[in-house]
Amino acid sequence: MASFRLNVNGQPKVVAVDPATPLLWVLREELKMTGTKYGCGIAACGACTVHLDGIATRSCVVPISLVVARPILTIEAMAEDPVGRVVQDAWVEHDVVQCGYCQSGQIMSTVALLKAMPKPADSDIEESMGGNLCRCATYVRIRAAIRSASQQLEEHKKR
Amino acid sequence: MSAATSAANQLLLDRRTFVRVSATLAGGLMVSLHLDLPLLAQEANAAGSQSKVYPPNAFVEIRPDGKLVIQVNRLEFGQGIQTALPMLLAEEMDADWSQVIAELAPAADVYKDPIYALQMVGSSLSIANSFQQYRELGARTRAVLVAAAAQRWNVSPEQCRTEASVVHGPGGQAARYAELAEAAAKQAVPATVSLKDPSRFRLVGRRVRRLDSRSKCDGSLRFGLDLDLPGMKTAVVARPPVFGAGVKGFEDNEARRISGVHDVFAIPLIRGTGVAVVADRFWTAKQARGRLAIDWDLATVERADTARLLTRYRGLARMPGKVATSRGDKMKIDSFPASDRIVAEYDFPYLAHTPMEPLNTTVRFDGDRAEAWAGSQFQTTDQAAIAEVLGLKPEQVTFHTMMAGGGFGRRATLDSHVAREAATIAKRFRGTPVKLVWSREDDVQGGYYRPMHVHRVEIGVGPDGMPLAWRHVIVGQSITAGTAFESLEVKDGVDSTAVEGTVDTRYDIPNFHVSAHHPTVNVPVLWWRSVGHGHSAFVMETLVDELATRAQADPIAYRRKLLKADAKRLRAALDLMDEKSAAWRTTLPPGHAAGIACHEGFGTTVACAVDVSIAGGRPRIHRVTVAVDLGVAVNPLGVESQFQAGVAFGLSQLMAKGAITLKDGRVEQRNFDGYTPPYIVDAPLAVDVHIVPSGEAPSGCGEPPVPVISPAVVNALTRLTGRRYRSLPLVTV
Amino acid sequence: MGLGRTLRAASLALIACGARAGSSSPDPAREAVGHVSAAPDSAAGLAAWHQVYSVLTSPRCINCHTATGYPQQGDDRHRHFANVVRGPEGKGVPALQCVTCHQESNADSTGVPGGRGWHLAPLSMKWQDAGDRVLPSAEVCRAITDQSKNHGLDGPALVKHHEEEPLVRWAFQPGHGIDGTPRTLPPLTHDDFVAATRTWVDAGMPCPPGR
Repeated sequence: MASFRLNVNGQPKVVAVDPATPLLWVLREELKMTGTKYGCGIAACGACTVHLDGIATRSCVVPISLVVARPILTIEAMAEDPVGRVVQDAWVEHDVVQCGYCQSGQIMSTVALLKAMPKPADSDIEESMGGNLCRCATYVRIRAAIRSASQQLEEHKKR
Repeated sequence: MSAATSAANQLLLDRRTFVRVSATLAGGLMVSLHLDLPLLAQEANAAGSQSKVYPPNAFVEIRPDGKLVIQVNRLEFGQGIQTALPMLLAEEMDADWSQVIAELAPAADVYKDPIYALQMVGSSLSIANSFQQYRELGARTRAVLVAAAAQRWNVSPEQCRTEASVVHGPGGQAARYAELAEAAAKQAVPATVSLKDPSRFRLVGRRVRRLDSRSKCDGSLRFGLDLDLPGMKTAVVARPPVFGAGVKGFEDNEARRISGVHDVFAIPLIRGTGVAVVADRFWTAKQARGRLAIDWDLATVERADTARLLTRYRGLARMPGKVATSRGDKMKIDSFPASDRIVAEYDFPYLAHTPMEPLNTTVRFDGDRAEAWAGSQFQTTDQAAIAEVLGLKPEQVTFHTMMAGGGFGRRATLDSHVAREAATIAKRFRGTPVKLVWSREDDVQGGYYRPMHVHRVEIGVGPDGMPLAWRHVIVGQSITAGTAFESLEVKDGVDSTAVEGTVDTRYDIPNFHVSAHHPTVNVPVLWWRSVGHGHSAFVMETLVDELATRAQADPIAYRRKLLKADAKRLRAALDLMDEKSAAWRTTLPPGHAAGIACHEGFGTTVACAVDVSIAGGRPRIHRVTVAVDLGVAVNPLGVESQFQAGVAFGLSQLMAKGAITLKDGRVEQRNFDGYTPPYIVDAPLAVDVHIVPSGEAPSGCGEPPVPVISPAVVNALTRLTGRRYRSLPLVTV
Repeated sequence: MGLGRTLRAASLALIACGARAGSSSPDPAREAVGHVSAAPDSAAGLAAWHQVYSVLTSPRCINCHTATGYPQQGDDRHRHFANVVRGPEGKGVPALQCVTCHQESNADSTGVPGGRGWHLAPLSMKWQDAGDRVLPSAEVCRAITDQSKNHGLDGPALVKHHEEEPLVRWAFQPGHGIDGTPRTLPPLTHDDFVAATRTWVDAGMPCPPGR
């Protein structure tokens, strides 16, 4: 057991856990933030995606001891995030979700993509989203929503 | 979807047909159900369910602030019924849709399926079975609101009209539903109500966005796994590495050393025994379980092995099985010379469902009552199982339905094994909620798979290329034998869930004979989205395509010729698919081929065309055009969603790592790295969905997208490579 | 420096003459130098190279020295799961970078290997072909000594790379998989690998004959 100071969605948090505990479980079970999901535990599905120092990171495989001082952003912060909000709106507009369990991760990955590459080509979308699993397979609408969000952000810039 | 397409999909309702169907819904609904219910059930329910008056107050709550909370009598796990069923109610009620909130109803008699008398979701039946029910609920609610308003204004109800949660009187009076709710609750609920003429629909038939979208996008919606209760503990179970084995003994010193571990103990499972670890956190419990040293008794359990099973199944397929259907002369095929005969053998692996949200159930036992939370497809039986384990009556168990992250049939267990495990563990911690969690590894390795199958088909081909004899043997475990569903599904030794898609074919094939073998194998099995249709449609549609090629006929024209004259809905779907895909089918670039498939199941007919090329040794699906006849499309946007996503889900059967295999009793795959469903790179690039306009009673679209896609893609691949693909999954193309 | 060049030239001359490792023909360079500094002869250099090659082409190294748009994993060197790709700089792509999962040290509790700056070796440093077949020793040797391909590393820089580069060091402490199974190590210890590299470099970085 050790004490860790974290920066989660801009808020300071302190947790006392075994250093080997993955960030995912610290978020879900210590901080009771269940928006970030457990899908596989081996980083194969992306449901656990958060942003660590701005980088899309699969929290199920990162022990809390390796997080150090890097700021953490989770799905709960996306409504207030300028890109996150546009992405969520596009998701709702396109009626993307089915069961919805993977969508926190899909959205976190999309936000990371659009922040790095505001106008991704279709092939960029395939590559960047290629590791996010949706068992319901809502991929056709995910692509459409990403293109929409990208266009929206482009239009916001022009204003 | 373009405006033109939308217009084309606009509901063209035959008013008289629809009203007639509604009035005699008992007969209409029965016909459209995919399962042939025993007459007993029909008779028992015919008088009961359709005329049963469901109490509106159990389904609708009008809050003072105007919000309308509608209870959904089935699990929502992605299919969209938490939007579609409330739409039906809100429509008849003339409710303000923007005020509607949908909730998943807890387990209770009033929420049981009107036909099955079980609270359940499955067989794509939700809308079919609750269509009338939810409409009547809406109409009854409206009636009591209007009665309350009429009373207040001293007018007759007929003089009032309703719109957007407001009752309007003849003299300009107006009252919001929220204002009238209390008075309405005192009104007598009418036994008979009249339903809207479809031409007056404002909501039903429109493209309506899901109600649960936003909360699923911002992390606020809680699934079963997200449940957090004061004092809650989490449990995991070490299950036998070979199904049904028992624990001889175990060492738990290392496990107990971990801080936060509460207890470690053996528990009985449905078959065999396991070791439960209960801790403060899931992570702790999982780590502790990993430190257990368990001595399993593997001596007496059968070790299922995929290679050995395949050999055994292939042997069985060469022998006649129990007759599933037989018309004409079953020996006729033997008279055909080899040159006029097709003999084809297919094999299908075990499939895991792997819904995105791992299995979980939470139970708190309080001695004389209990509370449970689960994203269950079968609330009635899960509630009863928990009660049984705890020594209670079902009504002493409050069972909350949580939103579930997918299911595909996995959460509709016939033995309630997850609920039983949870209750068994919770029983030892009176007053403490215990959340049982299956890790992803537990899920991939834990059984309840779509059974492995072998099909062997012999077809006698006539001089015109049409089949004149068809002898078909299907080998696969029975899903329902030994369960409560056996009497419903198993007739004369044949489990209908294994042969559906063949025995009910709409192709006009003389001398048609299907038989089945149901070997007993030590692997627990369960229905996987589309059940028998998933493998049967693959066989039927690839063979029909092979026949068409042999006859040098266009695959669509051949199907039209082969279909029975009265297969109107399948023909309608085929025609619409043809119309919507002809342009691209006839202008494919080099390296692309079109593949066709059509199928009827769950009362719904589907036809699709796919544009496929091969890239990196895998099929690349550029486009899918799919046409569907499902009667009244309550929410066309939801139907489109189901088909756009459902066809991509259906590609699970073709994924290179899309098989569960066993070696000497042990499942070889552990997680998504070894058992791999479709990712975005595997999904079709475009899917356009077209709904055949219809006024018929609605059938479902949860499972119908799945059976057609694999044969359509493989039919295209065969055109590209000249090879036949009869062994799934597709490891090499 | 000068000695190195002389030795290298002598080694190449020997190779051109078809001299084989372990040959007993006289080594003019060695005789010229005498026994003042015991520089490894060409035979010893080639033997050292073979040791180096055995490490380079072991799974812990070759899995990131691919010829394709993706890394490999496992002792069977199968394609890395979850469709991860090389990306324009060998670091993956936005939302799916190598560091999306791989941190700066091994995460044994979750089975993910880690080292500082996890990324793929450049395509110029591929040690297998596009069909995942391991390239022959001569070809790898030529590539690794070609400064236009190896990012300008000369002999001493190669030694330093093998000694200090975090991802190279990782190969020798590769951690465990999620089930606790330790990852297979390269055939040499890190110290022996560095020593063999040094021997080979001191011998003038001889490459085996052939393609």
